[in-house]
Amino acid sequence: MQPLLANYLPIVVFLAIAMVIALAMLFGAILAARQKPYAEKLSAYECGFEPFDDARRRFDVRYYLVAILFIIFDLEVAFLFPWAVSLSHIGWFGFLSMVGFLGVLTVGFIYEWRKGALEWE
Amino acid sequence: MTEFLATPIGTLILLVLETLAILVPLLVFVAYATWAERKVLGAMHLRKGPNVVGLFGLLQPFADALKMLMKETIIPAGANRALFLLAPVITFVLAMIAWAVVPVNDGWAVAKINVGVLYLFAISSLGVYGVIIAGWASNSKYAFLGAMRSAAQMVSYEVSIGFVMVSVLLCVGSLNLNDIVLAQRHVWFVIPLLPMFLVFFISGLAETNRSPFDLPEGESEIVAGFFVEYSSLAFGLFFLGEYANMFLMSAMTTILFLGGWLAPFGVEPFTWLPGPIWFLLKVFACMFVFIWVRGTLPRYRYDQLMRLGWKVFLPLSLFWLVLTAGVLMATGWVPRT
Repeated sequence: MQPLLANYLPIVVFLAIAMVIALAMLFGAILAARQKPYAEKLSAYECGFEPFDDARRRFDVRYYLVAILFIIFDLEVAFLFPWAVSLSHIGWFGFLSMVGFLGVLTVGFIYEWRKGALEWE
Repeated sequence: MTEFLATPIGTLILLVLETLAILVPLLVFVAYATWAERKVLGAMHLRKGPNVVGLFGLLQPFADALKMLMKETIIPAGANRALFLLAPVITFVLAMIAWAVVPVNDGWAVAKINVGVLYLFAISSLGVYGVIIAGWASNSKYAFLGAMRSAAQMVSYEVSIGFVMVSVLLCVGSLNLNDIVLAQRHVWFVIPLLPMFLVFFISGLAETNRSPFDLPEGESEIVAGFFVEYSSLAFGLFFLGEYANMFLMSAMTTILFLGGWLAPFGVEPFTWLPGPIWFLLKVFACMFVFIWVRGTLPRYRYDQLMRLGWKVFLPLSLFWLVLTAGVLMATGWVPRT
């Protein structure tokens, strides 16, 4: 195996052991406890009322907006990681390029702010 | 013995033992974190906290675990059965595997990968899946609302956490967690990057859905949020995962800002304690602050939460990131890599 990939072997082992622990706990409880389901017990909790209509309903569009904003800024962070590590090699040119990139994004951010995309009442 | 350890089987056995050497203490600490939280909150409310089961209530976590094991696992009739059971497993497993890269002493990480920070960032980003799958699969209104809130909150604060991590990287010039700790031999990053430390810790509270940002659970408004339909150890897995995430956030704070396993001063009485002990002490101190905050502050409103994340932390951390880079460039302190 390549040495680079061998570094990740412990993570696979971790994953396997954590999965085993989690599944053992989950199914251990199902086996250990007496299961006695009936319709009222299995209905969704709504403060004791009969649940009315489906729970998967329309939701506020602002959650969607937050998700879109997150993608933009998370990508920005993904660009920043390699830039931060290699800053000593790329010097002032690299620094100023990234400042320019961040500046463009900041303009977009200010626009969103002014448009009220970040308002929750 | 050494020849045997060089064979594939030997390597695998060694790895399994190393993994258990991290996971078993972690699970014990997580179990006792629930006890410690109740004790500390009790002390803050001038009551005793758990004190019946065992000496000082020390057996309480085991009693709780046994109780949860003997409860019926309820799967609601309208739920997606497979996803419903998968969600707590995802949460728990993600909280566990992040520990593969955490160095508790010089070179003591199980997986010595070069991109440790990136790995931690990725794993903590995936945490939102467990929450949103649980909320969706439950097919309950409270669970759905809780999952929406939680997902939006976690992704909002993750951006600031990313910026904070990058500004630490600027001062280190490496993604390796071991190098990050060693770079703090002279001064812990909490001192030069104090505002970033505060942003990181508060974002950590939001990321782990802890008080004062525990809106996803908000007992008084949406009952228990995304895990309202869970019972038995399926709930227990969420619970353990949440506390393991708190420990992880504390460990990340310790590594990025509080000098990991390093003693506060590199002089005699402080260096007597070995590195892992210092590491644990720092993690426990962070955990105490998590609990302390819960005992002190009231819950945020949702609009306040989003405003803090997007309108305060994001601009602040972005500005401080550029400032850090600028200062490093101007003074020529950019670390050579």
